[in-house]
Amino acid sequence: MSDPRVRPVGPYPISQGGWHEGGSSKAYVTNDWRLEKPVVDLEKCVGCLYCWVYCPEPAIDLLDRAGKGPSKVRIDYDHCKGCGICQQVCPPKAIKMVPEEEEVANNGSI
Amino acid sequence: MEGNSKLSQFQPVKSIFEINREERMAPGHRACAGCGPMIAVRQILQSLDVKPVVISATGCVEVTTSTYPDSAWLVPWAHVAFENSAAVASGVEAAMHALKVRGELKEERPVIALAGDGGTFDIGLQALSGALERGHRMLYVCYDNEAYMNTGIQRSSATPFGAWTTTSPVGKEWPGKAEIKKDIMGIVVAHGTPYAATASISHWKDLMTKVRKAVSQNGPTFLHVYAPCNRGWRFEPKDTVEVAKRAVETRFFPLYEVENGRYRVTVPVAKPRPLEDFLSLQGRFSHLLKPENSETLKELKGIVEERWSKINAAASVQAQV
Repeated sequence: MSDPRVRPVGPYPISQGGWHEGGSSKAYVTNDWRLEKPVVDLEKCVGCLYCWVYCPEPAIDLLDRAGKGPSKVRIDYDHCKGCGICQQVCPPKAIKMVPEEEEVANNGSI
Repeated sequence: MEGNSKLSQFQPVKSIFEINREERMAPGHRACAGCGPMIAVRQILQSLDVKPVVISATGCVEVTTSTYPDSAWLVPWAHVAFENSAAVASGVEAAMHALKVRGELKEERPVIALAGDGGTFDIGLQALSGALERGHRMLYVCYDNEAYMNTGIQRSSATPFGAWTTTSPVGKEWPGKAEIKKDIMGIVVAHGTPYAATASISHWKDLMTKVRKAVSQNGPTFLHVYAPCNRGWRFEPKDTVEVAKRAVETRFFPLYEVENGRYRVTVPVAKPRPLEDFLSLQGRFSHLLKPENSETLKELKGIVEERWSKINAAASVQAQV
């Protein structure tokens, strides 16, 4: 089972009234949902967090998660579904959508 | 239900940098790309410093975040039936109150009931009414995507007049839905609820401030969040926030709050954009822009204007008193 999307065939045992681990969906990869992927231009990014506040996933990683100020961002390509909202709401237009096949350097942060 | 807990302190959101950055929703849930309700849920969860307890009714958010055997929730969460999220949240609140009285409660948490427009306007209305009447200290959030989306875009009583859905089709006989949207805020306010408000995902600061204000109240509160659905409303996933923004800017969805019966418009729209700006983005309204449906469009404009003036009249009358 190298592909994380493919789970072993059930049955899955249900215990204690059927709870499952909080946040376990993180192991489920949704990167094959998208046709275009966002690329962040860190030169233009001002760290305003708008993309993070409007991302439905969240597929925006904050580089400074502990702080209380502006933070630049990195895209989580395992979970981004390519909706393009981040590109639409980015005030300095630092995010652009490129075709999925296109190779991007430095994990999408240029 | 004493009001002296630390949850009673209300701090409006002043800057995006002060909001909580620890994620309360894990990625990998199965909501569609560009999901409006999921943006609403994330904004609500991130706005609070304390992790809330969330009770979800059946609906898009519940189905997509708890797809077996996964869960995307990083807060205490339970799924109940379609109709009883308000009843279960009442029970959770009552249990926490009992533990508090006995001195066994480790940490106070806000209780949030989360339901879609189907689970609020239609199926969960009597449980909501009961919870409001009993006066539990909880926040009831309705994320409104204006139809039953995950079952195949069937109309609900939150679907606006003239909109296409699979059960309010557009043809020679019908120009979309023939009935107007139910005034859920009016119903909630009629219960004497201490705080009720509308919010839109496009206005994150307004939404987060309202969540904090609602949680600080010592009683039942209600938040009606406008959450566009790109699959059901027929627009591009990238436009979710833009559609929500235009709904506010065209006065289609007024943002206001009602605190102890007093109305206040939180986002005044002095110069509205033409309603066509909002309708033209969406396939569900595309028939209204054709010449043969001009009467229906006129009627819809009348409904929007009437709703806006009614809320503003209530707000301005009380401002004078």
